[in-house]
Amino acid sequence: MGRPDILELKKRAIEVRKDILKMLNLAGSGHSGGSLSIVEILLALYYYKLKADPKRPGWKERDRFLLSKGHACPALYAVLAHKGYFPKEELWGLRKLGSRLQGHPQFGLPGIEISSGSLGQGLSIANGIALAARLDKLPIRVYCLMGDGETNEGQVWEAAMTASHYKLDNVCAIIDFNKLQIDGFCCEVKGVMPYADKWRDFGWHAIEADGHDLASLMDAYDAAEKVKGKPTVIIAHTIKGKGVSFIENRVEWHGIAPKKDEYEKAVKELDEALKKL
Amino acid sequence: MSKEKMEMVPTRDGFGKGLVELGGQDKDVVVLSADLTDSTRANWFKKEFPDRFFGMGVAEQDMFSTAAGFALMGKVPFACTFGVFASGRAWDQIRVSIAYMHLNVKIVGTHGGISVGPDGATHQALEEIALMRIIPSMTVIVPADAVEAKKATIAAAKIKGPVYIRLGRAPVPVITRQEDVFEVGRANVLREGEDVAIFACGQMVCEALTACDILEKEGVKARLINLHTPKPIDKETVLKAAKETGAIVTAEEHTVMGGFGSAIAEVVAGDSPVPVKMVGVKDRFGLSGEPDELFAYFGIKAKDIAAAAREAIKMKKE
Repeated sequence: MGRPDILELKKRAIEVRKDILKMLNLAGSGHSGGSLSIVEILLALYYYKLKADPKRPGWKERDRFLLSKGHACPALYAVLAHKGYFPKEELWGLRKLGSRLQGHPQFGLPGIEISSGSLGQGLSIANGIALAARLDKLPIRVYCLMGDGETNEGQVWEAAMTASHYKLDNVCAIIDFNKLQIDGFCCEVKGVMPYADKWRDFGWHAIEADGHDLASLMDAYDAAEKVKGKPTVIIAHTIKGKGVSFIENRVEWHGIAPKKDEYEKAVKELDEALKKL
Repeated sequence: MSKEKMEMVPTRDGFGKGLVELGGQDKDVVVLSADLTDSTRANWFKKEFPDRFFGMGVAEQDMFSTAAGFALMGKVPFACTFGVFASGRAWDQIRVSIAYMHLNVKIVGTHGGISVGPDGATHQALEEIALMRIIPSMTVIVPADAVEAKKATIAAAKIKGPVYIRLGRAPVPVITRQEDVFEVGRANVLREGEDVAIFACGQMVCEALTACDILEKEGVKARLINLHTPKPIDKETVLKAAKETGAIVTAEEHTVMGGFGSAIAEVVAGDSPVPVKMVGVKDRFGLSGEPDELFAYFGIKAKDIAAAAREAIKMKKE
């Protein structure tokens, strides 16, 4: 697949951020910081790398994208709606009774490959998919997005060992490395550094990328696909709350939604950014 | 039938045989094991179908979520370890990665109950029936012997959705026959009687058979029901027994809190209240010892079931 127009995709990133904030504002709760930080990671994947067809969400030979950090689902819901997996109007029902857009993703909604929310389980599921694909000789890739705080979970490292043991080069983990978790800075809550070396020690090929630079991410996805005999992790350096000045890098914005005035202020900022593109 | 003359086989062996049979029938059957491959009898499958066997190391959480991935791809994964580690250590993975997605994963927990023996409390699962049956969409099967375990394994593969199979370590008498019908969710009445109904599962079915003999000598006609599927529970058979006998005894090699007896009491209490006496482990951990000694120590032998039956009958008369 050829690379998409970067300027168009940058504009879309701003629209997606506006959608995320609107969803969260209407819901009255949800996770702002970690949703805003993964927008480019998702767009570079869905508009460039991921072999998928929104009209055939059950297509057997599609690549799989698993959102292991389920709390960031507003970003995924918005991108899936942009891609046409379901009508955009559904976004405004997020977290409400009767909506398919659960507070944390539920398997069954078109484009949602796994239920998640309890952290640390996605990479193991990705490995299972990859092993099954290998048995069936299906040429698919499995992407799994995790948070940096999420990798406090021991299961992530169990899965890291499984993927390298079975040489799952069809698995690509992506870390939203925004350096913040609920209780504060990751390095203060539970030291994670040196981060890339941890993965390398577990037998992975590690690539560091600018998680808000679409070209950098596309390069990383391309490079990951070329690695054979071992799984690859893309450590995407991001800013939690990216795009909104008063949310960026603020730990208290992990698990809250913008109120009406905050929402309006954020949209104003994003509209101004759009004009400057 | 005298117990001494019966063939003694662990239920895990029945599972192992069933798994090999399934492996030959269906190429989508895969097996995962958390380093207890010989103990769970998953090694029998591994020997026959090495390409479809996946060793996961000592990592139960990883194993059950990986199994979920296989199921998402249309495979029928059997993930095997000891019951304590399956139901306890990986409970959240079973809840979220498997059951919430209603995935076709078969969870195999061997070494259920105190019949594990000398390994002691950490390895004696006394809580799995409770922990598993409270998860929506889960089926829970506790085979009485190796013959039934093999049938349960094959039946589990036919169910579309998560299934927990509880198995034992120690050899137990084979009390069911090849020709007996085994249907998930349908209890088997082994003895007819109108004075009291005894519900049992797993190895306790054999203890309950002996209890029926003890009671018969006293002129008490006990109905014995092998309720091999604690969930979905066979309400019809439970309520029929409650109505026709007016007194119920439950027998499980498991804690009486939230488990097999509780499942029966929930049905009875709501629709046909009669006394329910539960035989099982009473709010405590297991111990090291030989299985038979432990059954006596914890008060879950045939004589304890018979005593509970007498009490239940007395209560109905009062």
